[in-house]
Amino acid sequence: MSDTVLERKTLPSGAEWTFEAIDQYHDEIARVAANYKLDTYPVQIEMITSEQMMDAYASVGMPVNYHHWSFGKQFLATEKRYKRGQMGLAYEIVINSDPCIAYLMEENTLTMQALVIAHAAYGHNAFFKGNYLFRTWTSPDAIVDYLIFARNYIAQCEQRHGVDAVEELLDSCHALMNVGVDRYKRPPKLSLAKEQARQSERENYLQSQVNELWRTLPTRETETTEKKTTRFPPEPQENILYFIEKHAPLLEPWQREIVRIVRKVAQYFFPQRQTQVMNEGWASFWHYTLLNTLYDEGLLADSFMMEFLHSHSSVMYQPNYNDPWYNGINPYALGFAMWQDIKRICQEPTDEDRAWFPDIAGSDWQETFDFAMRNFKDESFIAQFLSPRLMRSFKLFSVQDDDSKAKLFVSAIHEERGYRELRERLSNQYNLGCREPNIQVWSVDFRGDRSLTLRYQPYNRRPLGKSVEEVMKHLARLWGFAVRLETVQPDGSTTLTYECRKEKRRGDKDRHNGGN
Amino acid sequence: MVRIIDRRFDSKKKSTANRQRFMRRFKRQIRKAVADAIDGRSIRDLDSGEEISIPSKDLSEPSFQHGKEGVWEQVFTGNDRFASGDAIDRPLGGGGGSGGGGGASNEGESEDDFVFQLSRDEFLDVFFDDLALPNLVRTELAKLTEFKTQRAGFTSDGVPTNINVVRSLRGAIGRRKALGAPLAARVREIDAEIEALEENAAAHIDEIKALREERSRLLIRIEAIPFIDRFDLRYNNRVRIPKPISQAVMFCVMDVSGSMDEQKKATAKRFFMLLYLFLRRNYEHIDVVFIRHHTIAKEVDEDEFFHSRESGGTVVSSALRLMTDIVRDRYPPGAWNVYGAQASDGDNWDNDSPICYQILDEELLALCRYFAYIEITTGEAQNLWRQYDGLTHHHPNFALQRIESFEDIYPVFRELFKKEPA
Repeated sequence: MSDTVLERKTLPSGAEWTFEAIDQYHDEIARVAANYKLDTYPVQIEMITSEQMMDAYASVGMPVNYHHWSFGKQFLATEKRYKRGQMGLAYEIVINSDPCIAYLMEENTLTMQALVIAHAAYGHNAFFKGNYLFRTWTSPDAIVDYLIFARNYIAQCEQRHGVDAVEELLDSCHALMNVGVDRYKRPPKLSLAKEQARQSERENYLQSQVNELWRTLPTRETETTEKKTTRFPPEPQENILYFIEKHAPLLEPWQREIVRIVRKVAQYFFPQRQTQVMNEGWASFWHYTLLNTLYDEGLLADSFMMEFLHSHSSVMYQPNYNDPWYNGINPYALGFAMWQDIKRICQEPTDEDRAWFPDIAGSDWQETFDFAMRNFKDESFIAQFLSPRLMRSFKLFSVQDDDSKAKLFVSAIHEERGYRELRERLSNQYNLGCREPNIQVWSVDFRGDRSLTLRYQPYNRRPLGKSVEEVMKHLARLWGFAVRLETVQPDGSTTLTYECRKEKRRGDKDRHNGGN
Repeated sequence: MVRIIDRRFDSKKKSTANRQRFMRRFKRQIRKAVADAIDGRSIRDLDSGEEISIPSKDLSEPSFQHGKEGVWEQVFTGNDRFASGDAIDRPLGGGGGSGGGGGASNEGESEDDFVFQLSRDEFLDVFFDDLALPNLVRTELAKLTEFKTQRAGFTSDGVPTNINVVRSLRGAIGRRKALGAPLAARVREIDAEIEALEENAAAHIDEIKALREERSRLLIRIEAIPFIDRFDLRYNNRVRIPKPISQAVMFCVMDVSGSMDEQKKATAKRFFMLLYLFLRRNYEHIDVVFIRHHTIAKEVDEDEFFHSRESGGTVVSSALRLMTDIVRDRYPPGAWNVYGAQASDGDNWDNDSPICYQILDEELLALCRYFAYIEITTGEAQNLWRQYDGLTHHHPNFALQRIESFEDIYPVFRELFKKEPA
């Protein structure tokens, strides 16, 4: 690679890309990225068509996935909107795997391909490899293999148990996907070999555990009664799907395995949902920085830069609240601005910066970046690094919408006394705990009607949306007996919000057909 | 060197499986949409797909979400007029960012229907599936076949008129060369030897003479190789291959007398449409002839066929006569597969029914591949039916069925075509 440094020849320009040109760009981008000490997985670039891009959209961006109608729905919706020109497709999809797979669309111009390589194959890639959430929750070396395993397993189940039975089960699992993740507990690493080896073992074991739990013991009942009158689960459980997998009384082993698959996939995507601003901002910062560095070295044509900057600034556009096309805060814009701002604070701190960020003002920006990228998620990143200067430039303001009051209330704006509150508000907005309802498994009446009770802890008096009924029906289908949802009131008492009753122990067939 | 993999030519339609799952899941809604679409189409308009719309509530994927009530705090950009503590009217910014807070709805569920495009094949599949007659469609209809002679290379056997001169002579040249080559080689050798010996001609007179003699013998042998041999002959090969007649004509015969109301006509339209679809799967080219009749029959276009209405009595035989004439005139059964479909409410002038029987029995059925009669009525069987019923015994290509309402049409259609001789 050092050879290429010596030759300072302008890289190919023009709209048409060729494999050689992409290769040249990649080499230069990789060289500069290495100079900036970006630590990445090896890169694998795949050229795809727009149709394949829509395929990838439909299967949540993964190269393989099991079959389900909802992915078909997604595909049809994307296809329709794309064909009518209502949306452009993403220029790229990048997969958190090792090697890191970046899909490039063939319709892109050469400039866009270079931009995408810098953005995805180096920006996102480094983030995937470094950020603690991804390191904790995902196994990039195993995910593709695991998905292949999952697809084959589910296909097998469809053959054995019928497409309908599997589809219903998946529907129910998907409904609970968001409450099927561990938020705090570290999961074991995935490995295909282990998964396969253990899968049948686990089936038997899980079933035996469940049998144990639900066993009726007429003869020795007296011995165990005392122990079993303790509540179950001993502590509330946040991962409802996990609880179902381990403890639902009527599920068959293959059904537990499918619950597990959905849970694993949900867990895999969990970090992405929590690092959107950081991750997109980081990748945008790097495509901007890497390409500008190449330009400064004289490798890029002016026409290249014009096209690149045009595209860059359209993505980074942040409309104001009263613009007709305002659709919340653009994570690209906020993230990019924050990373740029951190660099500025490191390099040219003002007095205000020194007061607000004594730790990083004037420090080495690359080290600060590395630290910030590795150890934060959106919520904490904003709480830690959003500067007053940025709040001013975005003209941020926070509005409280209380349905018990006639008017909206402006709670904080970009001014001295509002900065901290504003920052906290924005941080909260990215806190999944606030964005998604806090619902946990509360108890199981395993001596009585075997019903399962969930508890909802409202946040800011927010009730649950209408879809709760549908979700509870799905839960009842999985659990096999009555399920209840209680809401904790401000005074600490609870009220029954929803109840889905089930006949006790209906035949298997009824359960599959789920007439509820 | 980075790994660049070109996936553009990989198997396409990776999502086909998911798409099929989707279609399977929403079969009921899709079927209904297809059925509605059929009503609005011309019976020949089957080349396009159809836009299907499904109420979005039917295909929502629920998840636990916050409702809209309660207290929501949201941060906006671009403050241009607010100070801390201001009270503002709802909604903020002219509806721009009002409503659900940060990511309360990650699906962006809209109330609109979910609309997507069904391809032509999918459309037909759903349609035929609805008829529950997939097997039927796959069974080949009996087809008239004619034979066509076609070139098929060359053979070494045949009649003299088929001799291919070029091929034959080319073979002859090759053969002559091949057979003569060793002799000619020897001749050249001898020439060389003679030349060598002639330098000292006196010493080798005998040898030269012997060589000269051998040379002339060789030349004679070369000459003796026949210019053309039976073995060289090549004949143009022609084979006869069966060629199914790929054109069909479909006659739609309908009673438009006063007793046929719109409902009955719509039912008949479905039936004609089905037949057309069915034929479409088997023939490349299909003509459709519309004959409507009351007391006299008339050939009309599709629009008039379905939409104009006349009153008066009914003489079915007039239509059958007209059909016979048209077939004789324009669609010789040797070149066309003739299909007839007749729809009526069963009313006929009493004395006319035996005449109908006679026309069908003696003339028309012999010309037709298949003739189907449907009687759209809720009442008792009429005289026409009783007459027609007698035809089924000795004409396997005739079928009749009664239809009471829309729903009957699919089973009836299947029933009709079950009788189709293989």
